[in-house]
Amino acid sequence: MAGLSLDLIALQLFAGLALGAIYVLFAIGLSLIFGMLTVVNFAHGAFYMVGAYVGLYMLSLGGNFWLCLIGVPLAVGLFGLAVERVLIRPLYGRSIDYPLLLTFGLSYVMVELVRIVFGKTGYPFDTPEILQGAVNIGVGYFPLYRLFVIGAAAAVLLALWLFLEKTSFGLIIRAGARDPQIVRVLGVDVSKVWLIVFGIGTGIAGFAGLLAAPLQGASPEMGGTILAEAFVVTVVGGMGSIGGAVLAGLLVGVVVSMTSLFAPEMAKVSIFALMALVLIVRPQGFFGRAGLMS
Amino acid sequence: MTEGKSMRKSGSISRRRLLTTVGAAVLAASPFRINLLQAEEASIKIGFPVPLTGPYGTEAQDQVRAAGLAVAQFNDAGGLDGRKAELVVRDDKLNPGEAATRTLELVEKEKVSFVVGSLSAAVQLAINNVTKERGVIFNSISQSDAINEAADFSKYTFHEALNPHITSGAVGRYAFPKFGKKVVFLTADYAYGHEMVRGFLEVGKAFDIENLADIRHPIGTTDYSTLLPRIQALKPDILCICNFGRDQQISLKQATDFGLKQTTQIIAPLLSHASRVAAGPQAFEGVIGGCSFYWGIEDKFASTKAFNDAFRKMYDGRLPSDYGALGYGGVRTVLAAVRNAGSVDTDKVVAALEALKYDFYKGPQYYRKCDHQSVQSVMIIKSKSKDMRNESDVFEVISTEEPDEANLRGCAELGHKV
Repeated sequence: MAGLSLDLIALQLFAGLALGAIYVLFAIGLSLIFGMLTVVNFAHGAFYMVGAYVGLYMLSLGGNFWLCLIGVPLAVGLFGLAVERVLIRPLYGRSIDYPLLLTFGLSYVMVELVRIVFGKTGYPFDTPEILQGAVNIGVGYFPLYRLFVIGAAAAVLLALWLFLEKTSFGLIIRAGARDPQIVRVLGVDVSKVWLIVFGIGTGIAGFAGLLAAPLQGASPEMGGTILAEAFVVTVVGGMGSIGGAVLAGLLVGVVVSMTSLFAPEMAKVSIFALMALVLIVRPQGFFGRAGLMS
Repeated sequence: MTEGKSMRKSGSISRRRLLTTVGAAVLAASPFRINLLQAEEASIKIGFPVPLTGPYGTEAQDQVRAAGLAVAQFNDAGGLDGRKAELVVRDDKLNPGEAATRTLELVEKEKVSFVVGSLSAAVQLAINNVTKERGVIFNSISQSDAINEAADFSKYTFHEALNPHITSGAVGRYAFPKFGKKVVFLTADYAYGHEMVRGFLEVGKAFDIENLADIRHPIGTTDYSTLLPRIQALKPDILCICNFGRDQQISLKQATDFGLKQTTQIIAPLLSHASRVAAGPQAFEGVIGGCSFYWGIEDKFASTKAFNDAFRKMYDGRLPSDYGALGYGGVRTVLAAVRNAGSVDTDKVVAALEALKYDFYKGPQYYRKCDHQSVQSVMIIKSKSKDMRNESDVFEVISTEEPDEANLRGCAELGHKV
């Protein structure tokens, strides 16, 4: 193949990791919600899209991108809290497909509402000025904004890890995920824990949507494609495993990137091939607990 | 922002429709029905399947607007001896299967007399299959080479849009001598992209271009970051991006982010007006491509001026886009032929369309006899980023290829008997 060099392969690897960071950020909320609540949130892509539009709205009110980084996850997270309280909560204790169908329907409602309010046409979303342009990372030029996205994803992961592992509330969340019955007996209001977990998960989805907007603009359908990819990430990583989602997200990014280099037509198929392969060898995914779905 | 709502009218049942239906049911039982039915003349329905949702949605909505204008003008001028035209819009979702179903529904249920529409090289062939079989005139308003070829053509098939062969030919003849020989293609992996690349390679032979790579991506791709490093490494003189709609917006934005414009001239067979407006000036800056229509040629053609003014008046000062103009042209030519033929009879309208020499919005055009391809001009445009007079002032026309059958593939080459 013409033009193939070590630098190119290195740059391609890096591009894969950068893409993986976006997958991780998106999938982590999905994985968190599934791991704790066993809710397969099909509306996750819609929350992601809402994040981009909330960002647009905040910018139109005169906010700047940095304020959006705080405001958007808060706003989308609050919306997530309301959705959990009103729609998801009545379905706990029923079979896993009830919340799945509910969120599936909800995603259509959300997309259609955005189409009605903001129009079917997407909107441009400018990269913040200070993050525009490409920088030389040693092996070639790479967009500065994508480097920022990697950093932002790492920061969110770190914060989430500290929250879950180092705070007492995090302890309750982890305990609640393992055995809600016992936690309830100990006098903890489990429903409140689930409420907050759903809020955090959707808040991160909104954050990911905001970060994606300068890359591709905001459009009502933007959550659709990434949802399929995120499900692959969570399945490969192991449903409900946060560490698994991180590893799988980066891996999927690299697989897409490397396939793009040699056979771009196959890039989309390659991630599903990867999923099939992992499922054959290790049905619960990298770090998944067996039997969570049953 | 509220445009979403106005697109829906065609789907709902109006009071008049309801009364007509009920009336028809009553008449069916009546002995006077023959006389009465002759008195009650139905409207001339034009089916209009376009991808209102999905990556080409922006363009499709403008097609609907402009087609609505053509219908309104026909009706204001008295219709066909008082018979009014009506546009029946359907969302084909950019999916050939969906388009075929919707078209069948338009023909069978809505009883449309004509079909105009489509915004995809692949989808229009699906529509054409249905209309061809049912003997309904179809005027396609999006690019395709295959639709001219004998295998897909029928006497009911017309093609108001440009085709990839003429478009890529015009852009190639302009760009290759100016910017260099080493070319990389970034191509949407379906008929439109493939036909464009074929066209560029064909015209490129004369300029001795070197095809470094043809990198293909699926339609609706939202991340090009894994395709761009290789393009960067190949160091082409020209990057030719053969995709459309949101794909074009996103790929141009990301190519700009990767700093490709510093070393490479980006060209596109077609620069979409709606995409440029939606994406903002940054992503399209300096990009060169073709188009079938730009409102700015109103200084040159009275027909363009008239079209722009009517469009402005109907849509609050907005200006028509390239694909909007095709929606207008597609419907207006059919209605003009209806008026010339004095009838909606398919064969008479076909003959009238074949005889039409028209200048409705962009200077002189006519349908070539053998494949019903509209012979017309191609404009080469460059995206503007400063000195814009209004929000539609986004391109500047840097060259024009006048209508010339010599730029089309020959009738014999397409498999037509000559």
